[in-house]
Amino acid sequence: MKNNPVVIDLKNISVSFGDNQILNNLNLYIRDKEFITLLGPSGCGKTTTLRVIAGFLEPDSGDVLFSGKKVNGVPPHKRQVNTVFQRYALFPNLNVYENIAFGLRLKKMKDSDIRDKVKEMLALVNLKGFERRAVDSLSGGQQQRVAIARALAVDPKVLLLDEPLGALDLKLRKDMQVELKNIQQRLGITFIYVTHDQEEALSMSDTVVVMDGGDIQQIGTPEDIYNEPKNAFVADFIGESNILDGTMLADFKCEFSGAQFECLDKGFATGEAVDVVVRPEDVDIVPVEKGMLTGVVTSVTFKGVHFEIIVDIGGFKWMIQTTDYEAVGNKIGLFIEPDAIHIMKKSKYSGMFGDYSSFSDEIEHLSDIVEEE
Amino acid sequence: MNKKSTFYQKLCASPHILWSAIFIIVPLLMVAYYSFTDANGSFTMENIYRLTDYTDTFLRSLWYGIIATLICLVMAYPIAYFISQSKARAQTTMIMLVMIPMWMNFLIRTYAWMNILEDSGVINKMLSFLHLPNLHMINTPSAVILGMVYNFLPYMILPIYSVLTKLDRSLVEAAQDLGANKFNVFLKVIFPMSVSGIVSGITMVFVPSVSTFYISQKLGGGTFALIGDIIEMQFQVSNNFNFGAALSLVLMVLILICMAFMNKFSDTEDAGGGMVV
Amino acid sequence: MKKSAFSKIYIFLIFAFLYVPILIICVYSFNASNSTGVMTGLSVKWYAELFKDKVTLHACYNTIILAITSAVTATVLGTLAAIGIDKMKKGWRRSMLMTVTDIPMMNPEIVTGVSMMLLFVFIGAFLKINGVLGFWTLFIAHVTFSLPYVILNIMPKLKQIDPHLAEAAQDLGCTPAKAYWKVILPAIKPGIVSGFIMGFTLSLDDFIISYFVSGPKFQTLPIRIYSMTKKRVTPDMYALSTIIFVVILVMLIIINLSDLKGDSKKRKKGAE
Repeated sequence: MKNNPVVIDLKNISVSFGDNQILNNLNLYIRDKEFITLLGPSGCGKTTTLRVIAGFLEPDSGDVLFSGKKVNGVPPHKRQVNTVFQRYALFPNLNVYENIAFGLRLKKMKDSDIRDKVKEMLALVNLKGFERRAVDSLSGGQQQRVAIARALAVDPKVLLLDEPLGALDLKLRKDMQVELKNIQQRLGITFIYVTHDQEEALSMSDTVVVMDGGDIQQIGTPEDIYNEPKNAFVADFIGESNILDGTMLADFKCEFSGAQFECLDKGFATGEAVDVVVRPEDVDIVPVEKGMLTGVVTSVTFKGVHFEIIVDIGGFKWMIQTTDYEAVGNKIGLFIEPDAIHIMKKSKYSGMFGDYSSFSDEIEHLSDIVEEE
Repeated sequence: MNKKSTFYQKLCASPHILWSAIFIIVPLLMVAYYSFTDANGSFTMENIYRLTDYTDTFLRSLWYGIIATLICLVMAYPIAYFISQSKARAQTTMIMLVMIPMWMNFLIRTYAWMNILEDSGVINKMLSFLHLPNLHMINTPSAVILGMVYNFLPYMILPIYSVLTKLDRSLVEAAQDLGANKFNVFLKVIFPMSVSGIVSGITMVFVPSVSTFYISQKLGGGTFALIGDIIEMQFQVSNNFNFGAALSLVLMVLILICMAFMNKFSDTEDAGGGMVV
Repeated sequence: MKKSAFSKIYIFLIFAFLYVPILIICVYSFNASNSTGVMTGLSVKWYAELFKDKVTLHACYNTIILAITSAVTATVLGTLAAIGIDKMKKGWRRSMLMTVTDIPMMNPEIVTGVSMMLLFVFIGAFLKINGVLGFWTLFIAHVTFSLPYVILNIMPKLKQIDPHLAEAAQDLGCTPAKAYWKVILPAIKPGIVSGFIMGFTLSLDDFIISYFVSGPKFQTLPIRIYSMTKKRVTPDMYALSTIIFVVILVMLIIINLSDLKGDSKKRKKGAE
């Protein structure tokens, strides 16, 4: 993957609507056959980036390059990328067959070739025998498959997917994630995928691009993004994190929550203020006397695989995921391995995330729903 | 969407804008222009002063229009409600039956009533046949109002029906659930929510009633004139366009005032409905 | 809710009120006698009479020509206008345009009629044309009062469309113009069709506005009926009315039946 040629290159892209800066000098390149996901909360600019690539939106400044060639000003119908739209945008006046054949007919393909191609596409998305159905008689999942087949039928080099699974229920979404990944690998084309669902991004992508406020926060493999978040925003947006104010004492040595810890990070100035990330699953519960830190359990939630425990340590609330039950009010010790600690430079997001003092499952869940664009 | 193609799409409206300017705005300006000029085109207030001679006519037209509208409302609301409560299939049929007379030219419909109400018309024939005394009905204000009600009743039924049929059933059930009886459900839920239908029904009946001339000619027999008759006369008989324009201008303004009043009334009605609950 | 006897009687009475006059006309149209009052026997002589009446037949022809041309024009103008207005931002420009568009719908017809008459007469005097009132003035008037109805029928359809539909078409290789033709127009077709039908029937039926903007050269059927009812009427009028009534009835039944068929077809598809 790393040696594949770059198919799309965005250089210094800025987009604004009125006073609203949507994309802020964005730079991003995408390699051939890559499954790349633009991930971020609503309003972060991910869909706008997609529309710039598709040609629905001209950037105020900056260049869009396809295989090294500038395509600014080239209208959507002349670009070699195709889009799967958020709400599918199937043509209601055409049946399944004609929807998929739409782009092929515009290419003036022979009828017999069109028939073969549509058949192939329907097989690809598991919709054999649906040719004559009206699109409004299909379920959401089926419509989604038609939308994918329609976009893939014209053999795009790059497929753009704008929150394609957003309208499906959870179970169907999981199935489609696997299926999409399979399709991408089988066809060997580039997928640019937009979502606000971090789990989806981590499980499907080769590369994840985390965006917020029109800026790219971090680009990396899912493992990199999860294990080595660049700042508090990324750490918080991807998975659960306890984010603490800390100080680097020396290379491989830091201090937070009033205690000193060994860590694997270096290259900071001595005494530099930093953000420290500790993932909830990386904390071990030990007897108080063996603990590097001690605290009192303030809430326990059963999550199936594990318990989610909120622990008050000197006024800061930590989240810990553990398979051991601890009752509310218990005094416990915490043990943290050096490789469980990740040090980040201070950023504008410092102090905004990573404290579970007002944590509630319900609020988390609500904010997920609101994030629809 | 591209800025360029949005621009082209907006451009689509330009023929319509041009058309509306020339054939809607300019004609209305012409009405104003003619109102304040004489036959030679010089400015005069004469037409406006002369309007006072027709105060009675204006008042009569408004009065008949209001009565016809109220009768239509009283007749239309129950049937619109009953239809909205019927089975879906029956609703389509009945609404079609309400609409069919609308598709008959109103000249013919009015003329039919002339034949019914005449001194030697259908009703009096039947009365004679039954050896009952004849009635004089044609050429009376009642006949004219009847003509208005008959012609414009469907315009009242349809908007009320369309609001009632869209009414969320669960609202009624919620009201019942909270302890409202049938009467209360109607008074506090159904009626307040159908006000918008009533308002558009009233508009659709009142405006043509006030401005009609054919109905009053045929069923009023020219014994009394409505404002529409006077306007028609200026343009088709006495060729006094200037005075006709002045009359039209005032009619238009009067109706505008009535509509503004109506809208205000419907707003407070809504608020009042909320207050009662 | 149970349908009470009262509601049944009430519905019956209202329909009786609406239909009795029409039935009376139909019955009298088959009257053998010359008088409109007395029924002496059945005959179709008034129908024969009607078909001999060249002026009326010609008025019928005129009416249909006028209805088709004005409805087509209004539909084209109105569809374009709806697309344009739909893209306009909410604000005073848009609401003012909508208000102006609705004027012919809200204004008393007599005022619309005389205002247009004044314009035409003014232009006629200006250009020194004698008898300016004729087909073209009727055409302009009919287009003008049909336009708001066409726009009113199309706007909601445009609002319902998935905003990405045109983009999807472009994405698959359509130019923006072609995307409109292949995707947007089919999607708003029901609105366009009902707008056209409305314009067509309004034009067929219009008397008041036509009365002011027509001249002796070009008579429509409603105007012909008006001039016939001015005098003491012969029953061929009834024959004409009956024919119109039957034509409308048949048309509505056909439209309704095809609607029902379409509905059940759709339902079936959905159930598959």
